[in-house]
Amino acid sequence: MEQQKNLEGYVGFANLPNQVYRKSVKRGFEFTLMVVGESGLGKSTLINSLFLTDLYSAEYPGPSHRIKKTVQVEQSKVLVKEGGVQLLLTIVDTPGFGDAVDNSNCWQPVIDHIDSKFEDYLNAESRVNRRQMPDNRVHCCLYFIAPSGHGLKPLDIEFMKRLHEKVNIIPLIAKADTMTPEECQQFKKQIMREIQEHKIKTYEFPETDDEEENKIVKKIKDRLPLAVVGSNTIIEVNGKRVRGRQYPWGVAEVENGEHCDFTILRNMLIRTHMQDLKDVTNNVHYENYRSRKLAAVTYNGADNNKNKGQLTKSPLAQMEEERRDHVAKMKKMEMEMEQVFEMKVKEKLQKLKDSEAELQRRHEQMKKNLEAQHKELEEKRRQFEEEKNNWEVQQRLVEQQKLDASRTLEKNKKKKIF
Amino acid sequence: MLSSGSSSRHSVSCLGLNRSGGRFAVAGEGARAVPLSGHVGFDSMPDQLVNKSVNHGFCFNILCVGETGLGKSTLMDTLFNTKFEGDPTQHNQPGVQLKSNTYELQESNVRLKLTIVNSVGFGDQINKEDSYKPIVEFIDTQFEAYLQEELKIKRTLHSYHDTRVHACLYFISPTGHSLKSLDLVTMKKLDSKVNIIPIIAKSDAISKSELAKFKIKITSELVSNGVQIYQFPTDDETVAEINSTMNGHLPFAVVGSTEEVKIGNKMVKARQYPWGTVQVENENHCDFVKLREMLIRVNMEDLREQTHTRHYELYRRCKLEEMGFKDTDPDSKPFSLQETYEAKRNEFMGELQKKEEEMRQMFVQRVKEKEAELKEAEKELHEKFDRLKKLHQDEKKKLEDKKKSLDDELNIFKQKKTAAELLQSQAQQAGGSTTLKRDKERKK
Repeated sequence: MEQQKNLEGYVGFANLPNQVYRKSVKRGFEFTLMVVGESGLGKSTLINSLFLTDLYSAEYPGPSHRIKKTVQVEQSKVLVKEGGVQLLLTIVDTPGFGDAVDNSNCWQPVIDHIDSKFEDYLNAESRVNRRQMPDNRVHCCLYFIAPSGHGLKPLDIEFMKRLHEKVNIIPLIAKADTMTPEECQQFKKQIMREIQEHKIKTYEFPETDDEEENKIVKKIKDRLPLAVVGSNTIIEVNGKRVRGRQYPWGVAEVENGEHCDFTILRNMLIRTHMQDLKDVTNNVHYENYRSRKLAAVTYNGADNNKNKGQLTKSPLAQMEEERRDHVAKMKKMEMEMEQVFEMKVKEKLQKLKDSEAELQRRHEQMKKNLEAQHKELEEKRRQFEEEKNNWEVQQRLVEQQKLDASRTLEKNKKKKIF
Repeated sequence: MLSSGSSSRHSVSCLGLNRSGGRFAVAGEGARAVPLSGHVGFDSMPDQLVNKSVNHGFCFNILCVGETGLGKSTLMDTLFNTKFEGDPTQHNQPGVQLKSNTYELQESNVRLKLTIVNSVGFGDQINKEDSYKPIVEFIDTQFEAYLQEELKIKRTLHSYHDTRVHACLYFISPTGHSLKSLDLVTMKKLDSKVNIIPIIAKSDAISKSELAKFKIKITSELVSNGVQIYQFPTDDETVAEINSTMNGHLPFAVVGSTEEVKIGNKMVKARQYPWGTVQVENENHCDFVKLREMLIRVNMEDLREQTHTRHYELYRRCKLEEMGFKDTDPDSKPFSLQETYEAKRNEFMGELQKKEEEMRQMFVQRVKEKEAELKEAEKELHEKFDRLKKLHQDEKKKLEDKKKSLDDELNIFKQKKTAAELLQSQAQQAGGSTTLKRDKERKK
């Protein structure tokens, strides 16, 4: 249906990207980053290093300074501006995670938080009157792995398995300056092996058409998971002022690629893939949440097996279809009822007819009977009449004879007398 | 780097609604501005966003409404510097139809999926009362398709081919006087559904002075009839000035041409007359360049945004309200999505059940009636036969009586006979003896 057309001159829509640029700057950006890990792994320090600011300071102490009994989920919102671009940054911290003796279900508050943000967005999106929908969904989760050097802890595996389909997980090796490069290498290999073994889906860098970019992406992938070091202090090294950690034996520089992977993390998280993290959250994690939620609402109580293949419809379209099905069902029911009705009526009518026929037959029989009797009687009477007539005739004859005889006798008698 | 002049304690209020009302960062309470002590790098966000858009490709949909012969197709060809499909249409169309074609264009690294929808047969009929309807229907259909996709359970919005109309170029006949009533009626029906950009077509038929008067007349007629045409946005400082200037030049008087004429040592698009050559891209000759600038180079993205955040939202709101969805229940507490759907579903199921029940009742009623009917027939039958039976009984009785009387007669006769016979035999005996006596006497 679409045809390729060649332009024979300047049109101007090549300026569209600039228009998009302009509008996005005017709108401003927002990003929500979640950090999860045991206390003391340097989460707050890393955030401060990443964003080159004192997110957690004396005035706004970070969660690590507060002792928690249970796992909390805390949000801090800051507004930062750079190069004319405004960013509303939300940091979600999880103090208390993994700190208890019994850490069963310590991931639940985290899951609940993520889900509740999805729910807020879903409700906002589903309103009749929709306004601006602030995007408070969690776009990225930095998961801090303790630098034990051995492998993932059961808690790490459990957490990542439960959250990898809800949020983009970027696992980090914290306090990487406690391992030598070789130890780090081993540790990374071990972790990646375990991640694959447990089929954990961490955030994946998308492939692009750009050769150069792909090379960079490949390099990053080889260094996963990233081993980071954070610092709030600036130290002078060789005349340069750098962020780092001062040890008697030297300075571990945060932004030195040979010391740790911090720069890679910062570049990836902020400078190149921030938008993609938001897109994946919107197009994959949120859509998963939404479709599950809506399927539960629509098919409340209905047969789930029957409906598994029908998730492409909206709940309203589903209702429409159900309505149509119902109309068809009713029609069928009506037809069936009609048939049964007709059949029963036919039966009854037939019975009535039979009954009538039977009665009629009996009536005929009786009539015939009577007629026969009538005839018989008639015959009898006729015979009787005939006999009677005959006898009477006879009697008359006899009487006549008698009369004649007596007359003759009289005559003779008279003769004799003479 | 942000100067840390202002204290970082106070919260930052809302960033302000921009005209499009689109999604944007709402700081609200609790967000404090913090200074950065170095280059973090998120100023690349706009670039990241742009890269993503460019990779994804853009799409734009234009609807051209105007009478046959006003040069709609030629203008599109001129605007996009290419030859699109189509032969000129005749004037004998029975009704208004919409023909849409989609093209893939590329300029530098930007890919654009352009859909041009042309109204065919507009203004040709004798009775034009319903002319606007197919157009409104078309626009609504595209909104509906998007809404349906948005409401699906498993949806793929980011790869959805958006067919909603982003801009409607309304072609006004270059009469030089005023708008036709068809124009006013149509634009009024469309102004809440699409961004209308009115243009004066074939404006090389109007002289400059007439044109100025014409434009004023058109604008005032639009205002007095309450027609909302698209205003180029003036909220962004970068383009506010040029946009507001251009707003003053509306409606644009355009001339379209794909033919080239040599002017000086360049080939330019123009229309050649005996008295001179109208150059399409000469701003003194017509507003074509202004149109191209505004429509494509400066505000294409805004047109798309307006369509999505204003016109589509309006359509969606009306549609959902029509279906009975509300944001708050009678107590003004907000509904959650789940509650809304569940309520709708319960209502719906209730309706279905009621229908089923009604049908059942109807059948029960019919059965009852029929049963009564049949019973009545049965009763009649029995009555009939009872009558017959009675008749029989009567007949039988009569017969019995007759029989009895016959029997009686028979008996009487028998008796008579017997008596008579007795007498006879007696008489015979006596007669016999008399005869004997006589005979005896004779013998003596």
